[in-house]
Amino acid sequence: MGRLLIALVAVPLLGAAALTMPAFRTRGRAVAFGTAVSGLVLALTLAAVAAFALPYGQDGPTGGGPDGGMRLQTDLPWIPGLDLRFHLGVDGISLPLVVLTALLTFLCFVHLTRHPPAGGRQRALVCTLLVLEVGMIGTFLALDLLLFFVFFEVVLVPMYFVIALWGGTERRAAAVKFILYTLLGSAVLLIGLLVVWAQAGTLDMVALAERRGAGMPRSAQILAFLAIGAGLAVKTPMWPLHTWLPDAHTEAPTVGSVLLAGVLLKMGSYGFARVAIPMLPEGAAALAPWLGALAVVGIIYGSLACLAQRDIKRMIAYSSVGHMGFVLLGFATLTPVGMNAALFGNVAHGLITGLLFFLVGAVKERYGTADMARLGGGMLGRMPHLGSLLTFACIASLGLPGLAGFWGEMLALLGAFRPAAGLPRPLFLVFMAVGGAGTVLTAAYFLRLLSRVTHGVHRAAPSEPEAAAGHGVVGARAVEQGVPARTAGEAAGIGGDERAGDAGEIGGTGETGQVGGTGGAVDVTAREWAAWVPLVVLIVLLGLWPKTLLAVTTPAVQAVFGPGMVVP
Amino acid sequence: MSSVLGNGAPPVIQAIDYVAIAAPLTLVIAAGLVLVLDAFLPHRPGMGRTLGLVALGGVLAALAVVVVQTVAGTHLPNGARRTFCVPSSLGATADAGSCSFVADRFALVFAGLVLAAGAVIVLLSMTELAGGRIPVGEWHFLLLAALTGAVLLPASRDLIMLVVSLELVSLPVFALIGLRRYDGRAAEAALKLFLVSVVSTAIMLFGVSLLYGMTGSVHLDRLARAYEAGPAIGAAAVAAAGPEPAVTTVAIVLVVAGFAFKIAAVPFHTWAGDVYQGSPVPVAALLSVVSKAAGFAGLILVLTTALPGRAGVWAPIVAVVAALTMTAGNVLAIQQRHAVRLLAWSSVAQSGYILTPLAAAASMRAGSSGAALPGAALSGTLPPGTALSGTALSGTALSDTALSGTALPGIGTPGEDGIGGAAAASIAYLVFYAAMNLTAFAIVMIVSRRHGRNEIDDYRGLVRRSPAAGLALAFSLVCLAGLPPGLAGLFAKIVVFREVVGAGLGWLAVVMAVNTVIGLYYYIAWTARLFAAKTTGESRTVPAVPAGAGAPVVPGTPEVRGVREPGFAVPVIPAVVAAGAAVLVTVVFSIAPQVVLSAVG
Repeated sequence: MGRLLIALVAVPLLGAAALTMPAFRTRGRAVAFGTAVSGLVLALTLAAVAAFALPYGQDGPTGGGPDGGMRLQTDLPWIPGLDLRFHLGVDGISLPLVVLTALLTFLCFVHLTRHPPAGGRQRALVCTLLVLEVGMIGTFLALDLLLFFVFFEVVLVPMYFVIALWGGTERRAAAVKFILYTLLGSAVLLIGLLVVWAQAGTLDMVALAERRGAGMPRSAQILAFLAIGAGLAVKTPMWPLHTWLPDAHTEAPTVGSVLLAGVLLKMGSYGFARVAIPMLPEGAAALAPWLGALAVVGIIYGSLACLAQRDIKRMIAYSSVGHMGFVLLGFATLTPVGMNAALFGNVAHGLITGLLFFLVGAVKERYGTADMARLGGGMLGRMPHLGSLLTFACIASLGLPGLAGFWGEMLALLGAFRPAAGLPRPLFLVFMAVGGAGTVLTAAYFLRLLSRVTHGVHRAAPSEPEAAAGHGVVGARAVEQGVPARTAGEAAGIGGDERAGDAGEIGGTGETGQVGGTGGAVDVTAREWAAWVPLVVLIVLLGLWPKTLLAVTTPAVQAVFGPGMVVP
Repeated sequence: MSSVLGNGAPPVIQAIDYVAIAAPLTLVIAAGLVLVLDAFLPHRPGMGRTLGLVALGGVLAALAVVVVQTVAGTHLPNGARRTFCVPSSLGATADAGSCSFVADRFALVFAGLVLAAGAVIVLLSMTELAGGRIPVGEWHFLLLAALTGAVLLPASRDLIMLVVSLELVSLPVFALIGLRRYDGRAAEAALKLFLVSVVSTAIMLFGVSLLYGMTGSVHLDRLARAYEAGPAIGAAAVAAAGPEPAVTTVAIVLVVAGFAFKIAAVPFHTWAGDVYQGSPVPVAALLSVVSKAAGFAGLILVLTTALPGRAGVWAPIVAVVAALTMTAGNVLAIQQRHAVRLLAWSSVAQSGYILTPLAAAASMRAGSSGAALPGAALSGTLPPGTALSGTALSGTALSDTALSGTALPGIGTPGEDGIGGAAAASIAYLVFYAAMNLTAFAIVMIVSRRHGRNEIDDYRGLVRRSPAAGLALAFSLVCLAGLPPGLAGLFAKIVVFREVVGAGLGWLAVVMAVNTVIGLYYYIAWTARLFAAKTTGESRTVPAVPAGAGAPVVPGTPEVRGVREPGFAVPVIPAVVAAGAAVLVTVVFSIAPQVVLSAVG
């Protein structure tokens, strides 16, 4: 059974390698091949889920272990000189994320078949995305600290190219900012991991987690947690280390944004659940109040920043800062409830924000812009399906009970209500209160988005001079409100020219041409339905039966905190 | 202190172990052969290639010798062949007679590195020489002479021989740079390197003379024994060394400064940019790999074999120099627009990374017990059977048994845990670096045949024009940056980071982390250019690739021809072979870095 996990990493890698063959020069064949490969990975993931669902102790000598332990393990030597072993395995913490990764990648490919981003070179894009998948899945499967780090790094270069080659107008700067920022985080992370190694003498994550920091002095744990936490916090991202995120998400093509928000951010938070908190409990206890405080600041900051955005894509990017703040708050409580909340929030955010970025990508493709003022409202009337889906995704994201977004936030606040023993409870009560205010702000900006885009009456087409003049006014107001000058300048520019530029950027000139007339806009296509429906279904499913996910994570979370803790 | 005057005083007939010196001997013979053939063969068009092949044959033969010696070395009683030893009649102690030439693991690893790099450089030269502006015979002779020096140097175990072999590496390089006639830039580069090198040699000789004056010996193992002050440990050693620390410090600083010139470490790095840019590309590759490897071999030998007892003195110096070197190199590289110049500063930065473990080694030795714990923990990860684990776990850094390590196989020649591991880390990084950097230089060589200016902008769209070259260069740059898929570079950095963190040098680790990010900036900028769309004016007859809609337009880049896959002109073939070999080695290092780690550790 251990082979299964190797296959999960090897299949996309071999797929990427196969793409170098000249047979894939033919247009469209590469994307079809990529879809097939990622579909195979998804099937393998589901097989892993099935194997995981078997009762413990029945999957042969490689699995087993106590309840909540690692399953389907593979342990092969790779580099003895570095003590680096090719050690893979899944448990309740990593399995949902692996499924999420495989699912989102597959859906991205499905979406790609009919909606390729500007920039051409589909073969290169498919190859890049497959390498990206290797890194993402590998990160969640790795059970060796250095192997974890290697996979963690694998995603950087492909994502850089996804942004830099297929991104929007400011793509170069955004891509450079992304890779430099995250590499700095990775380097600090590496230092932290090596501190753990130097102190504990092993890289085996299972052994380190079982030890729970035994044998490591408190000062070393704090130092290591600081380094590892800072490294992971860049990726997550935690305020104030989030500044790379809005640019990267905004400039990336749709598939890039989906994978960035849906999976790459999770790699950071997964690191907290897998490395930082289990292996360095004393360090975590010492720094948890700080983590919680920064998380709460992130929640409020993200929401306020969202309120100030005019570009929907940028707004959703900032909303990630807020949502990941809830995830970090869950971790900071150091309780099983909090960690369950964080893991749930991770998956929910991946599904919801992935869907949101898909939808915004569709909006941008049709309207040629994602600027709220220029979209001009009335989407429910013009494109009822797209408008409905957008409404659904926004409501899910703001945490409506009954949808997936609710449980992560609620459980995180519940965890903050009763943090782990040893943590200052009054402080965490404050965090809870502030976080609760954050949920209200979240609702505020999403409802503002809906009221301006989906509802109301569609105004005149933006290319008319009257509308352009209107934008000038809006732009001027935006400057007063402190919106970055670039956005304001874009809005104040002459409408006609910009539309031409946007149309060229999107590449789908045919579709943008149709937008001008009120009746001709294309609503959701079959491919888009295929890519989005699974996400919608899962969001509803997890919202109504959160236990489907909690039942998987709870044993693993209990294993992290030891048998003494009570889990709801 | 026994008076040892080296090999000169009474008439002694030395038995020379020709097997031990077979590798440099092969190179010397090949060099002589090239010179003779050049003089006596009729000058016909194909002669240049013949001479190149002879030189290549010589290098590969020497490499084969090194490989055989490495394989056979495991069966030798003390793991190494040694020759030019001090006979017992001249006061050598019974067990460890001081030898001037020792072909141990350390020497063989460096020799292998230098010769493999040498083969690539000879191939690159064959392409370079096809231009016809450079006399072929002299070129190959000088090249082989420099390689001889680089092979001799890591096997040298006395100061005189170290200096002589270092000069043997340096002197031919001036001539190689200036060999291209009527080229002002090359002449300037040659003169610059000459002046810098002469000054550095003078400085180093001064330091060497001080060391000799204080200890009365030039052999590294005797120096080590002198500075350990016999079997005394700890405070006693310091007390015994009472009167001379100031002079020792000066001597160490001078010697380190001399080597710092060779490896272009701050503050002696300023020559790198101009000299690399002015040199023919193969010579730039030679400077950045072979010459640098020789410099590091000498530095490691002097610091860890001769002066482990003074680690407290040189450790902080090396740490500061390493930090400054990587920072200066990276910052200078950011602004470069010329490919070779960028590689020059990047290789300065890489020198800083290579230096870093040495600083860590020293602080591990001089460090507190708190730092010693991780050291011991780490040594458990190394393969057993080397000199390291046995002495390491005892934890007594100054124990006398540690010094007998010279007789043991492996890189841990000084026989002290921290230093042995650190030297191994430095060498491992150097080997990875050599492979990555040679790949980059080989591709630059190929591209420079078409774009004489060799600006970074000339590389725009290279992946589309010639995918193999573009991808190879991209791979090597990502390797140098230390990111996957360039795993070789990543593992190299991890090896270095491990030493630094293990030694508790947190600040140095942070400096290096920041530098990794700075370095990534220019590597990734160059890599992105490789993939960027070419100018829109390019005529594109292949319909399969749609022109990117948002492609940036660069009007100023002159594109020679819109050929997709340029049918390589004949002179480029050796360079292509060289690039292929270098890429292959880098890929192997990426997948199985254990090859390097077990070779050096």
